[in-house]
Amino acid sequence: MLDATSTGFTTPDGRKIGGPVMEMKNITLRFGGVVALSDISFDILEGEIRAIIGPNGAGKSSMLNVINGFYHPQEGDVIFRGAKRGPMKPHEIAHQGIARTFQNIALFKGMTTLDNIMSGRLTKMKSGMLSQALWFGKAEQEEVEHREAVEKIIDFLEIQAIRKTPVGRLPYGLQKRVELGRALAAEPQLLLLDEPMAGMNVEEKEDMCRFILDVNDEFGTTIALIEHDMGVVMDIADRVVVLDYGKKIGDGVPDEVRSNQDVIDAYLGVAHD
Amino acid sequence: MGDTVAPPEALDTLPKLLNWNAEHRGSAPAMREKLYGIWQSYSWAESRDQVRAFALGLKGLGLGEGDRVAIIGSNRPRLYWTVPAAQMCGAIPVPVYQDSVAEEMQYVLEHAGVRFAVVENQEQVDKVLSVQDRLPELEHIIYADPRGLRKYDHSTLHAFTDVQDAGRTREGDLGPEIDKTIAEGKPDDTCVMLYTSGTTGKPKGVVLSNENIIFAARSSCEFDNLRQSDSVLAYLPMAWVGDFIFSSGQSYIAGFSVACPESAETMLHDLKEIGPTYFFAPPRIFESLLTTVMIRMEDASKTKQRMFHKYMEHAKKVGGDILDGKPVSFGDKLKYWIGDKLVYGPLKDTMGLSNVRLGYTAGEAIGPEIFQFYRSLGMNLKQLYGQTEASVFVTAQPDGEVRADTVGVPSPGVELKIDGDMRVWYRSPGVFVEYYKQPDKTAETKDADGWVDTGDAGFIEEGSGHLRIIDRAKDVGKMADGSMFAPKYVENKLKFYPNILEAVLVGAGRDRCVAMINIDLGSVGNWAERNNIAYASYTELAQHPQVYKAMKEHVDEVNRSVAQDEMLSGCQIHRFVVLHKQLDADDGELTRTQKVRRALVNERYQVIIDAMYAGDTEVFAETEVTYEDGRKGKISATLKIEDAAVQPVAAKMAAE
Repeated sequence: MLDATSTGFTTPDGRKIGGPVMEMKNITLRFGGVVALSDISFDILEGEIRAIIGPNGAGKSSMLNVINGFYHPQEGDVIFRGAKRGPMKPHEIAHQGIARTFQNIALFKGMTTLDNIMSGRLTKMKSGMLSQALWFGKAEQEEVEHREAVEKIIDFLEIQAIRKTPVGRLPYGLQKRVELGRALAAEPQLLLLDEPMAGMNVEEKEDMCRFILDVNDEFGTTIALIEHDMGVVMDIADRVVVLDYGKKIGDGVPDEVRSNQDVIDAYLGVAHD
Repeated sequence: MGDTVAPPEALDTLPKLLNWNAEHRGSAPAMREKLYGIWQSYSWAESRDQVRAFALGLKGLGLGEGDRVAIIGSNRPRLYWTVPAAQMCGAIPVPVYQDSVAEEMQYVLEHAGVRFAVVENQEQVDKVLSVQDRLPELEHIIYADPRGLRKYDHSTLHAFTDVQDAGRTREGDLGPEIDKTIAEGKPDDTCVMLYTSGTTGKPKGVVLSNENIIFAARSSCEFDNLRQSDSVLAYLPMAWVGDFIFSSGQSYIAGFSVACPESAETMLHDLKEIGPTYFFAPPRIFESLLTTVMIRMEDASKTKQRMFHKYMEHAKKVGGDILDGKPVSFGDKLKYWIGDKLVYGPLKDTMGLSNVRLGYTAGEAIGPEIFQFYRSLGMNLKQLYGQTEASVFVTAQPDGEVRADTVGVPSPGVELKIDGDMRVWYRSPGVFVEYYKQPDKTAETKDADGWVDTGDAGFIEEGSGHLRIIDRAKDVGKMADGSMFAPKYVENKLKFYPNILEAVLVGAGRDRCVAMINIDLGSVGNWAERNNIAYASYTELAQHPQVYKAMKEHVDEVNRSVAQDEMLSGCQIHRFVVLHKQLDADDGELTRTQKVRRALVNERYQVIIDAMYAGDTEVFAETEVTYEDGRKGKISATLKIEDAAVQPVAAKMAAE
């Protein structure tokens, strides 16, 4: 499977998956003496939905933080769009074209849905501070353009009714949706979702699944997501990488992963030596 | 008025009117829709072009004379355009309730023998596809919103815009045929088929002719002086006859604009932004608007609350009279004027009702206090009594003769009669042609002379000539002692309380009445929050002792008021329960227009009713519920049964 994927493949539902957007080569990440990730390699291909799964403490969130550049691994290479990536400053991280959502929602609670999503456009705003403060000339025109982009996202996520509602007043499921909206506002080349369905009821999960699939389908966005709910992952992901105790124990299409004995052991619990 | 002249009488079909409007009111707005947060409007000329392109496209796909076209979805311009577009091909539009589950939809589509379905979005496409194998006559599905549909098999599925694009290229060869069909449209051709939701049994397809619709629209526009400068918000289901008359019929005659809300949830925002001048709503909407206001008032500061109550008190006293132009003292007028600046004006603005020149409520009786509330604010809210079979209008209240307890005088062209059983019958040019493919049902409802049975019991008031409706004729029964049992009368009194959403009274053939009550989660939930009452579910909240206490107070108060009415004093509530689940159309307990299906509810909750009559103090109930996606589950709870205070029936009638 892995050989075939380096040049892309076609999914069972007919989407064309392209070449690699991001490659992880022998990544090892340590915090002091704790090895969070050890010698992990996999890739994320253009246009696919890639899931990272594993039991608690497997290193999923650390992996995501390595992907988006927040952590820099002690060993191994991260290759993004063909170029090796070194340690980055926060503003560089923000500008590289990777957007994410967080496991514990990180929105501005007192701001409206509209403003929160607008804040996702920050990296796209070019006018200077003075003209923004005076809301004059370029700044005015720019805001209109950004507002249009934001409105398209609001329409896409079907959250028109909460456009002007402060997000702190929204139920959890909707906050997650707003956070997805903010990530989309940055028009990312790669979208990272950290447990997008955590704490949701069945109906909310179904909605979120539909939005993830629609984002991928409509905008062709490459998506990497962490998820606990195996059912969800197997339904929507094109390929799945499985971590356990910081090691990669499986990688492939959902059916392969499902029948992988190591994965079954990790999930059902087998004594570790 | 500054309006252009009304369309000539000779225009007797919607497509003809549309062409006339495009020529004579070309630049005036016909439809508005909110796209990406901004209201966009389509002029009559643009609407005509859109309709024509779609009609050509439909024709190109093979839509022919007499074919049926289903329209499924919420209020969207594209779906409204489908109505005249289908007619331009000689086909018959059949709007379907968009919230029907797949099985209900299948029944209607199959019964109507639909060949084309024009639907709103993926949700509706999925629903239709799921029952497609049982619909041999269905050939094409056309969707208005393409999101999520790209990967579907497009052999019989088409995007609305693609059909239009294809249609535009066929103007040369198909255009003349369309023009011919429009010109040949006759008054007795079928205009539309509307399926009634039916409180009993399967829905029936009401066939309405061009004459029915155009007559009803034209006469009602005159009655209420509707004009081009008016505007409405189209938010009620397209499958409901009222929406068809207002958003298509009257709009085509008067030329006013129809705005489509962004989504069902944003209706209240949209109402505020559009500020319609002509507003139609069932009592339920007025109730929930009022409930929202009251909830928010209770969260307001003490000063504001005091001001609100003081001026509302005054409005109650003189507001209605001022509206009706009756003499009111100068001091009261001045106080009302101040109140308008401080309270009524801002309140109407919040509700989006500032510009309303004419408001109608119909479908069910409205609580007199709710009715008076809106009138006292200076909003000309009136009552209307109508039916699908009558192309809406049976009776309506003329300006200056508005009361909460009547439904008005016969509309222009309508004759009324009351038979020996107090059943109300009517006859008018708006009376429907037939129930589609059900001649026996047609004969049951419409007699040889064209009189139609409303199925309601009522009487014409001496003096004023206004019609008063008591209840559904089949629901009016007798209690064991022979006194009259009219459940709706009592239920409506209960439902006026903002924390009661629905109530069902049981008592026909029994010696006393009992009631089942549904709390309003919005209102009671807010109350619970303010009083630090924790609850995990609707069921738990419904069974809270404090909730029961509040309900008992309401029931006792209703009993006191019912005891006043000598005809119905036997209908006092002896015992009641608060139900553990909300009555729901998905479970078949309500119709799609939110009316209680009495027989079914009585049967489903038999255990509870029996326990109430048996004198038990609590009862275990388990009820099946259907979730929105069609799955089924069970809700069970132990319900408390509470006794209510019953008033002694004041002196038996002298006649006895």
